Amino acid sequence: MSVSPAMTTETPDVIEEPSLLRDTARAFARNRMALVGLCFVLILVCVAVFAPLVSPHDPYRVALDEQLLPASTTYWLGTDNFGRDVLTRILYGARISLVVGIVPSLISLLIGTFMGVLSGYIGGKVDFVIMRLADMMIAFPSLLLAMVVMYTLGANLFNIFIALALVGWAGVARVVRSQTLALKEKEFIEAARANGTSRATIMFRHIFPNVVPTLIVLFSLSIPDAIMWESSLSFLGVGVQPPEASWGLLISRGKEYLFQAPLVAIAPGVAILLTVLAFNFVGDGLRDALDPSMKD
Amino acid sequence: MTNKIETAKTDTVLSVRDLRTEFRGDRGPVRVLDDISFDVGRGKIVGLVGESGSGKSMTALSLMGLVPKPQGHVSATRMDLDGTDLAKLSPDGLRRIRGRDISMVFQEPMTSLNPVRKVWEQVGEPLAIHQGLKRRDIRARVLEMFEMVGIPDPKARLDAYPHQLSGGLRQRAMIAMGLICEPKLLIADEPTTALDVTTQAQILRLMQDLRDRVGTSIILITHDLGIIAEMCDEVNVMYAGQIIEQANVFDLFERPSHPYTRGLLASIPKATEQRSSHRMPSIPGMVPNLAKLPPGCRFSPRCGDAMPICLQKEPGLADLGRGHNARCWLHLPHDATTQREAS
Amino acid sequence: MNEIVISARNLNKHYHVGGGLGRSGQVVRAVDGVSLDIYERETFALVGESGCGKTTLGRIMLRLQEPTSGEVVYRGQDLTTLNDNKMRGLRKNLQIVFQDPYASLNPRMRIEQILAEPLRTHGYGTTAEIRERCATLLEMVGLRRQYLRSYPHQFSGGQRQRIGIARALANNPDFAVCDEAVPALDVSIQAQVLNLLRDLQDQLNLTYFFITHDLSVVRQFADRVGVMFLGRLVEVGTTEEIFAAPLHPYTMFLISAVPRADPHQRERERPILTGEIPSPMDMPSGCRFHTRCPFAQKICRVEDPALQYCGTRAVACHFPLES
Repeated sequence: MSVSPAMTTETPDVIEEPSLLRDTARAFARNRMALVGLCFVLILVCVAVFAPLVSPHDPYRVALDEQLLPASTTYWLGTDNFGRDVLTRILYGARISLVVGIVPSLISLLIGTFMGVLSGYIGGKVDFVIMRLADMMIAFPSLLLAMVVMYTLGANLFNIFIALALVGWAGVARVVRSQTLALKEKEFIEAARANGTSRATIMFRHIFPNVVPTLIVLFSLSIPDAIMWESSLSFLGVGVQPPEASWGLLISRGKEYLFQAPLVAIAPGVAILLTVLAFNFVGDGLRDALDPSMKD
Repeated sequence: MTNKIETAKTDTVLSVRDLRTEFRGDRGPVRVLDDISFDVGRGKIVGLVGESGSGKSMTALSLMGLVPKPQGHVSATRMDLDGTDLAKLSPDGLRRIRGRDISMVFQEPMTSLNPVRKVWEQVGEPLAIHQGLKRRDIRARVLEMFEMVGIPDPKARLDAYPHQLSGGLRQRAMIAMGLICEPKLLIADEPTTALDVTTQAQILRLMQDLRDRVGTSIILITHDLGIIAEMCDEVNVMYAGQIIEQANVFDLFERPSHPYTRGLLASIPKATEQRSSHRMPSIPGMVPNLAKLPPGCRFSPRCGDAMPICLQKEPGLADLGRGHNARCWLHLPHDATTQREAS
Repeated sequence: MNEIVISARNLNKHYHVGGGLGRSGQVVRAVDGVSLDIYERETFALVGESGCGKTTLGRIMLRLQEPTSGEVVYRGQDLTTLNDNKMRGLRKNLQIVFQDPYASLNPRMRIEQILAEPLRTHGYGTTAEIRERCATLLEMVGLRRQYLRSYPHQFSGGQRQRIGIARALANNPDFAVCDEAVPALDVSIQAQVLNLLRDLQDQLNLTYFFITHDLSVVRQFADRVGVMFLGRLVEVGTTEEIFAAPLHPYTMFLISAVPRADPHQRERERPILTGEIPSPMDMPSGCRFHTRCPFAQKICRVEDPALQYCGTRAVACHFPLES
């Protein structure tokens, strides 16, 4: 085919074959804070999984003669009001808190994204119905909603997931919808329409990948939220039941002894803080790494 | 107005010598402007023309002291604005000069006005900053300026918000703001690119008019050689951060001496020329990345007249007489031996 | 003349703005009673200033927007009555090249995915065949096939526009709308892309509907020109006719407003349009141009002139300029 000879001399800077995974990994590795966050999260996951192996004590052993001890070489972070080792309980608490942080966030993200893209792209009646549903969820006092779910279904971990997902999806759907509306006006979406691409394909292949960075940020932000929610529910007696340990529960119980043994409440608080920070760093790193224009 | 009484007025308002601007990046400094030297005569319109990335807007920002710090670094042996050397001014000194002695009109009139403030307050802002006038006096002066730049029904427009004005009126208001302190130099950066043709014609005529009536000196930055031909007295053609040809407008269009200028002139579709069945002349290739400049002349990879020396050594400006300069080996004496070595 | 490829018949696109909560609001007539025929293998340029409705008209011709009323007839079929499925099938023949080479390519897709999508949508063939076709397309627009695995941000504006053109041509269309396809590019690159478009037209028998505000490009590139003003088509003619002797005063002002790249012509007599374009929400009565027209008379204020054909030319003016 004859084109002006000039054109073949045009050379973009990159000739090597890029691979999405490798590029993303490389870009991610360049971000030091994200790496630190990732290490912390990985360690945390290991600790949670292998809690029985790494814990110095039995989390349920009550020793009334060792109540509220300060930190010592035996009890690194002291003991609580039942004489249980605080460190051990935090390690065990990581199991529940991590699962409660991650699973409901994933569920609400999944539902919210689906609803949001659908609502934003299809528009019309679908949009109206989904958004009014979301409005109801948001307008309803969410703590009350979660409590009703917990009361009627019973207080166990699985029902906490349901309660939190029910509360969480509406916010995600709103954000995703507004992003979808903005994307819908982009010329590359119009180009896809002009090519006869089906609506499902446009939503899945064009809109969704462009929403992912937002989703990652939302995810990293909703984990701490979920951990806090779980602790509120536990505090009200409809969440995790003692003697199980979750960080939220530890704080709410420990705060009664804040003056005698501050570590009992502060230590799990610090654990939440560090976890939340770590997830945020990872989220930021991932968002940047997933942006194709940041990879050069 | 508030300017000191000027002694010994020369006929040059701005004289720039060896302006260099560098940006520090991850991979070492990138020189975005190199060896920029030009003059602006009093009451003259001087054009800076080039494609995107050629450095024409960066030249304006360097003059205004608006190059982002600390990544950017501007140096020059001289940037003389009517006796004040801009290169030697502190950031504070530059701030006092901006809007008073030198001002700028931007491409996008919608985004350069704050949407929640009334137009007259914004247009009159330089007066408040530099001359500390009272609100009533500012308002009166803005009204005068609105009349001068031909805003119809100026009294009613004073209290308008930017969105209530059309693009053309907004650009007129921006020009009024640029001129309100009677600056020695107005820099207009693509002032009509965002406007429709008929509105563009109005704004261009206004600028000519202001030059004729008020004697404003203007640097006009554009990518449109048609606008250059209509408006400018002197022209500087920029490519990849350098001025590659400078000349009087007539000389430039009659005797373009740099192959890039010739290519540019040939590739403009002419509204007066009929549809030709043959191809339009175009310049092959594309603008080089400033971080990875080719060795030798920056235009050499796209140049049809490139000689061996062009690929080795960067040319200086060749003097073609009457202030016509071209940065090209075609017009410079060069050693024939270098050529042989290369071949 | 050749056979008609596509025609607009009395197309209208009206928007309701304002209103709500019991207020009736206003009607903006973005496209108002436009009819025109486009012939095989020609380049029809639609010119006009921002807000005149030219982009909307282009979108309606491809049924990317629905008209309020009127028909778009493509090779005997009224597109506006087709159901979604049939329309999707036809889309391989009707294509569009967009204005903004930065917004028109999905930043998260590789060039290969971008080019393969229309092929896959219309069942072009096996994965290997599609891959080969993508490479061919890329070479057709003057880019090397190695770039198939790259992302859009790795290319310059001119190169992206080539990729956009390749995507539009993937399924061998016969009609392509070019919506301000070159003004966003630098002059030297603009000429390259225009040359490419013309080569492709010759090779693939394409018909272009070329929407632009840049009259210099129109002059060099188009066979016929339509001029739009505030939703109305006010003049149609061959490029030579329009530029040599515009009939509508607006066309005349439009042409005279283009800066000429010749400093010797700067002293020429040049009429400049004064005043502002009327708001489309507050359309003047009668001829829409009468508020700015120096030749306006009483009838212009009252009666809206219709577009009247005479041979190849058409004009909507009570007092067309002498040719």
